[in-house]
This record gives sequence, structure tokens and C-alpha cells, in this order.
Amino acid sequence: MRSLRIAHRVILAVPVALGVAVLAFFSLHLLPGDPVQIMLGDTDASAATIRAVQHELHLDRPLHVQLALFFAQLARGDLGTSIVQRRPVAALIGDALPATIELTAAALVIAIVIAVPMGLAGALRPRSWFDRAVLSTSLLGASMPAFWFGLLLILFVAVDARLLPTSGQIDPTIAVPRVTGFVLIDGVLARNAAAVGSALRHLVLPALTLGVVVAAVLARTVRASMIEVLQRRYVTTARAKGLPETAVVVKHALRNALIPALTVIGLQIGELLGGNMIVETVFAWPGLGRLVVNSIFARDYLVVQAAVMLYAVTYVAANLAVDVAYTMLDPQVEAT
Amino acid sequence: MMPAGAQSVRAGPAPFLYPVRRHGVRALGSLRRVAARLAAEPVGAAAAAAVLAYVAGAVLAPVLAPDNPSATDLGARLAAPSAAHWFGTDLLGRDIFSRTLYGARVSLLVGALTVGLSALIGTALGMAGAYYRGAVDLVGARAVELLQAFPYLIFAVAMMAFLGPGFWNLIWALALKGWIEFYRLARGETLTQSHREYVEAARAMGYPSSWILVSEILPNILNTVTVVALLRLGYFMVLEASLSFLGVGIPPSIPAWGSMINDGRNVLFVAWWVSTIPGLALLVLVLAVNLLGDRVREILDPHASRR
Repeated sequence: MRSLRIAHRVILAVPVALGVAVLAFFSLHLLPGDPVQIMLGDTDASAATIRAVQHELHLDRPLHVQLALFFAQLARGDLGTSIVQRRPVAALIGDALPATIELTAAALVIAIVIAVPMGLAGALRPRSWFDRAVLSTSLLGASMPAFWFGLLLILFVAVDARLLPTSGQIDPTIAVPRVTGFVLIDGVLARNAAAVGSALRHLVLPALTLGVVVAAVLARTVRASMIEVLQRRYVTTARAKGLPETAVVVKHALRNALIPALTVIGLQIGELLGGNMIVETVFAWPGLGRLVVNSIFARDYLVVQAAVMLYAVTYVAANLAVDVAYTMLDPQVEAT
Repeated sequence: MMPAGAQSVRAGPAPFLYPVRRHGVRALGSLRRVAARLAAEPVGAAAAAAVLAYVAGAVLAPVLAPDNPSATDLGARLAAPSAAHWFGTDLLGRDIFSRTLYGARVSLLVGALTVGLSALIGTALGMAGAYYRGAVDLVGARAVELLQAFPYLIFAVAMMAFLGPGFWNLIWALALKGWIEFYRLARGETLTQSHREYVEAARAMGYPSSWILVSEILPNILNTVTVVALLRLGYFMVLEASLSFLGVGIPPSIPAWGSMINDGRNVLFVAWWVSTIPGLALLVLVLAVNLLGDRVREILDPHASRR
């Protein structure tokens, strides 16, 4: 039953991914005018150059042939070549991706570390002053524009106290051989403590900025589902058995309360991915989000197209993973 | 949601005049009820007052603003807040207080128009899908699945990248994904309502389905739609500011909080007020709108918020 459900979910994701690719394909045709001329921009490109690029992008072929060629390229993992930078789009994205994954993972960890204890503490004493503080803080966090919060952090933490670096991923004077592309992992591999320290210090502010908004929403969910679970009969039973309160709360209640929180995490991954663009712009973080924003201004639309496609597929995959985890964790799924 | 008694079948003549009047009275009644309940509690009253103050500031901006929001004065660049410039000036010497007042117009207008458009499209499609099923329902469901694959900000940024900056482009870019939440809500609500007795009765009396949808079902789901619209409003305002901050939202010629915050980014340590003040204006407005939405939900739908 369970594996059938999971297989069903996976199969449903396939047409969505195909649809995303079709939308991405048509995005170039949304441009007001000839995409090649727009991408070549101010340079006085000769008619021959324009024709050559049009040919390279198959724009001189009929639309259905273009679409077929686009999918054939995708199947080979070929995302085309950037007109502006004259480098394969896949390489540009590959360079930027590890930094974004590091940032997003750190933000997710920060969000969970902040939100779960806050929601839990609020739920244990509903309507107490602490609970009210949790609710107000989470409302404030959810209303906070991330980019402005990041600037405030820079203003107060980074410069006045000169505690933490405000831009980049690592101190530019430290050289780490690129093995995996993940600066933190490469630093560990090179056994370079200074590099790891610098990378961690650079990570704090952007990850906090990105994580706080998610933490705000997550804390509310944890609190609400914890309050509900604490009223269930099996919690009463556990208490009646004379189990210590910690065991009741952690083993019986929290584990069940976190299952609905999982769905919220799945939805919030979208916020994390979108927030990348903002936070990476504010903190000059060399990741995918900054690549997208810079490419928009450089009119490098092939990069934008490919990156948006990647973001969408990641989001679908993340939600699929959450769905699968939910199916595995929720004891009630077995019965249905 | 209305109490069950309000939905009883009304047999009798003149079905085309009577319900229209009844809905007007009903809508006005619930508006009065919400206003009265809001006024009675401090948080709700404060939130409502704050939102009203912003609306007043935006509408009266030409009267209230001491300066032209676009007038540059290079002699007064980056002036600190003072009696002459309450919120200081920016890199081009423009008065930030005036720009903040005018910026409220963009946030409120984009937020309201996006929510309005999303609610209109989503509710109409959702109700039609649930009631008629078939092709309408199928197309709606596929479109929702596809749009859900994109994180919101990414979708909006990509749309703006290809469409180019502009006021209406921005609203369409946001609403093109914003409708799906209203679609799902309206579809679900309509499905439940269409099995209720009052709908069956109207059907049995031979009313056309369009009349049943608009005059019987719509008034019963309008409260829920309104609550969700209020709860989404703040989110749309943050999205607009995010896009303007990135430079792909409102064109730079119009003062908007997002682009004002971006203007101050490079002078953060020389002139903190350039970025901080418009951001604070945005935070307070979004907070007030979210609080108001929370309160109105509790008043209109006490069941959903008992947690």
C-alpha cells in the first residue's frame, strides 16, 4: 500500500516536470522582440552574427522542431551556451550550485533549530507570557521582508561590532583547492582550519536571514500541532502509565506533532529557494540566485531559463521527498 | 460561514429581485459585525487603525508630502533626519518622507490589485470547475499543478525578467500564480456547498446553474475568500517590494519601498536612514495587515482558529 502510494506520487511528478520544461522553452518567446537581438544587446552585431546565433539556438526552425530539439538537448544534459558569457550554461550553473546548496541547507538547519524548541515551549504552556512571545515573534518574523532584515543584520552585527563578514563566501585571501565545489567540504578535505572557520563565519548572516522567515512559519505549525497532539488519548495514557513527563513530551507527543510540520517544511522550501535570490544579492553570495539576478541584467536569458527550470524541478523533487517521508512516518497512512 | 438557519429555502415569487437585496443587507451586516468586534479588542483596533492610516497617507500623499518625491537636490545629498527632512534624504537629495508616503501607494495598490485579480480569477475558475466538472475542472487542475512547481518569487522574477519592468506587468506576474490558492479554496468550498439542501432545493425549483452559483453559493463562500484575501495581502506586498528591491519590479521612476531600500544599500554605513526607514514602513504595514487578517478570520470563522 505504502510503496504503491509512493510510486503514484513519483509518476505524477513526471508530467509536471515536462510541463515546466515546456514553459521554460516558451519563456524566450515572451521577450518583447527577437530574443537574439535582445541578448546581443548594445553590441552592433552584424546581420550575419545574428543569423549565426539564431541558427545556434534553432530559432530559424519551425516552432515544433525547436521544441523537439530543446527536449533532445535537455535529455543529453545540454542547457545550451550562454550568448553573453560564451560558456556552457550547465557549467555556469554547476559552478554556482554548491554555494546555494550550502546556504540553503544551513538556513534550513537554523530554521529547525530555532522553530522546534520555540513551538514546543509555547505549546507546553499555552497562553502563558512565553507562548504569547512565541506567537508575536513568529508573526513579526513572517511579516519581515528578508532583504531588509539582512541589511539590518549587516548594519548592527557586522559593522558596529565587527563580528562577522558581510559579503562573499570565504575570505578572498584564503585559497582552497576546488574538489567538490562546496567550500566547507573542500576546506575540511584540505585540512585547512582557517578556511573552514572563515567559511563558517561567512555563512552565519546569510543563513540566518534566510532561515528566520521559515522559522517563523514553522514555529507556529509546531506549536499548533503540539497543542493538538498533547490532547490526544495516547498522551493521556502515557501519562497515566506514570511515564516521566519528558518521555511523554518527546517520545509520544513531539514525534507525532512533527509529522504535520514536515508538510510545512516542504512548502517552505519554496520560500528558501526563492529567498536565495534576495539573500545572495544582499550578501554577495556566489550562488545560483545571484547568477539568476545578474543574468537578468546581462540579458543572458538562456541562463535565466535553465536556472528557473532547475529551481522548479528541485522544488518538485523536494516536495516529493517530503511526501514520501510523510508516507513513511505517518502510521495512519498504512490503514488507508 | 453563515448559520444554518440563514440558508433555508425561500419559496415564493420574485426570485430575481429579492435575493439581490438580501445579499446587500447580509454583506453590510457582516461588515458591521466585523467592524464592531474589531473596535472592541485592542490589537484588532490598532491593526485596523494602522492600515487605515497608511491608506490615508497614500491617498493624501500629494497634500501631506512636503516635497516632490522625485525632486533631486544634490546640495542636500544624504542629509540626516532633521526638521527640514523628517526622514532625511537619499543619494540624489530626494526627501525620504515624501518618497515613503508615495511609496505606500505602490505597496497598497499592487497588493490590493493583485489580491483582487487573484481572488476574482481563482474563485470564478474554482467555482466553475467544482460545479460543472469536466473540461473546465481538468484544465484548472493541470494549470494549478504546473504553477505549483515554481517557488513564488522565482516565478515572479522569471516573468518580470522576460516581460520587463512595469506596473501592470508586475501585477500580472504576481496574479498569474496568485489565483491558484483561491481556486483550490473556492473549488473545495463549492464542492461541499453544492451538496447542501439549499442548493438541491434551488436546483429542484429549476433555477439556472449560473444563478445558483452566483446568488446561492457565492454569498456562502465569500467570507472565507475574504479572509484568505486579507491573509495573502501582506505576502503580495512583500513580494512586490522584493522584486522592486532586485530591480525587476516597479520602474525606478516611481517611488517604491523596495527600490528605495535598494538605493540605500551602498550607503548603509554612511546614511542608515535611506534603507532602514522604507523597510520599517513596509514591516509595520505588513504586520498590521497580517494581524488584521488574523483577527478578521477569528471573527468570521471562529471554528478554524480555535488552536
